[in-house]
Amino acid sequence: MVINPQAFIDVIPFLIDGLWITLYITIFGVAIGCVIGTLFGLMSISRFRIVRFIAVTYVEVVRGTPLLAQIFFIHLGIPALIGHTFDPYITGVAIIGINSGAYIAEIVRGGVNSIDKGQMEAGRSLGLNSRQTMRYIIWPQALKVMIPPFGNQFVISLKDTSLLSSIAVAELMYSGRQYMTITFSAFETMFMVCIFYLIITIPASLLLRYLEGRIDKS
Amino acid sequence: MIKVNELHKSFGDNQVLKGITTEIGAQEVVCVIGPSGSGKSTFLRCLNRLEDITSGEVIIDGTNIADKSVNINRYRQDVGMVFQHFNLFPHKSVLENITLAPKKLGKGQKAELNEKAMQLLDKVGLREKANAYPSSLSGGQKQRVAIARALAMNPKIMLFDEPTSALDPELVGDVLAVMKDLANEGMTMVVVTHEMGFAKEVGDRVFFMDEGLVLEEGTPEDVFTNTKHERTQAFLSKIL
Repeated sequence: MVINPQAFIDVIPFLIDGLWITLYITIFGVAIGCVIGTLFGLMSISRFRIVRFIAVTYVEVVRGTPLLAQIFFIHLGIPALIGHTFDPYITGVAIIGINSGAYIAEIVRGGVNSIDKGQMEAGRSLGLNSRQTMRYIIWPQALKVMIPPFGNQFVISLKDTSLLSSIAVAELMYSGRQYMTITFSAFETMFMVCIFYLIITIPASLLLRYLEGRIDKS
Repeated sequence: MIKVNELHKSFGDNQVLKGITTEIGAQEVVCVIGPSGSGKSTFLRCLNRLEDITSGEVIIDGTNIADKSVNINRYRQDVGMVFQHFNLFPHKSVLENITLAPKKLGKGQKAELNEKAMQLLDKVGLREKANAYPSSLSGGQKQRVAIARALAMNPKIMLFDEPTSALDPELVGDVLAVMKDLANEGMTMVVVTHEMGFAKEVGDRVFFMDEGLVLEEGTPEDVFTNTKHERTQAFLSKIL
């Protein structure tokens, strides 16, 4: 097998198209994940056992099943049950949202729990109610603790979108696979696919480390 | 000002307070002493319901705060608390620590509250630290800021939960001096403490607690000099 240098270049336009879709699925998916994660994270520290039970069940089900199984279940399983199919892009965003939501819920729970309970007591002793104390005292501190693991989750979710190629979402991985099937230049294509992921993930990691440094200092 | 009637507190099966009945008058300074595990802190924390009250009454200015239907947040505004570990808000400057609650609870205009906070900082000798963050302060400074923070709500009663126990010995004096000033101004204070010197000098009354009960109470002289109970004597002989 001879390497075809031209293939490294020719694949780029395909991959750029895929990269945009990867990014937009990740960003919308993780945005939904933030909403779900905040909700379920706060539910998991609720005073009410039933609310905690719902949150823990959600987190355990999502974390205990492979993402690929979740993709097929939602894209193939559910439509078979209800007799209605969904656009794979919408399914993709939803799956990344549901999946990252469970992990973000754990990040939120850990972040809030990491704040000394004396902070809540200090706020309450001044006459603030629990919502005010949460909002002005606990949450700003917890958010700082949550930034590094959240950034980490963003990178993980970005890589997870590659599994959506299995349901024909034309993200980065899928674009690469298509080019490869046409040209048979597997090495060149997959090499470039990896480079494209790294173009996003390496700066993201560097930004994260920079933020962590800033947080440590303050 | 504070009336406590048959106050019981249990954590699960563990009975911590076994029926405390007492009264604390306006402008009185009560020091609560006793061995660890005797329920001193729990007693104090029941006075602003940081601990739920299992049974009995805690009547503050005529309102029984043990009653679940009272708006506890309203009453806590009148009862300041100072903690052993300061519990300052690390993400807020000294000034913001003091003004946060009065601002959020609508106690006045921003400028006026800032001015008041600066006066409180003067009082605790830390005006120059207004814009510093808690992490840059010594323990004694942190505790004085915590006192100023509690005072910013204009409380009628101040509760102190071992305010000097986490401090280096040479920093204890500054905090006690601030507390003494406060007592001289006529603040009603309940102080859980191991500082017997402070209890003797500043306290109007001393409670000796043991195993969930106020075993002995009286003037500092009664408790320290004319001690009635053996348990009190045994405790005092160990620490004096």
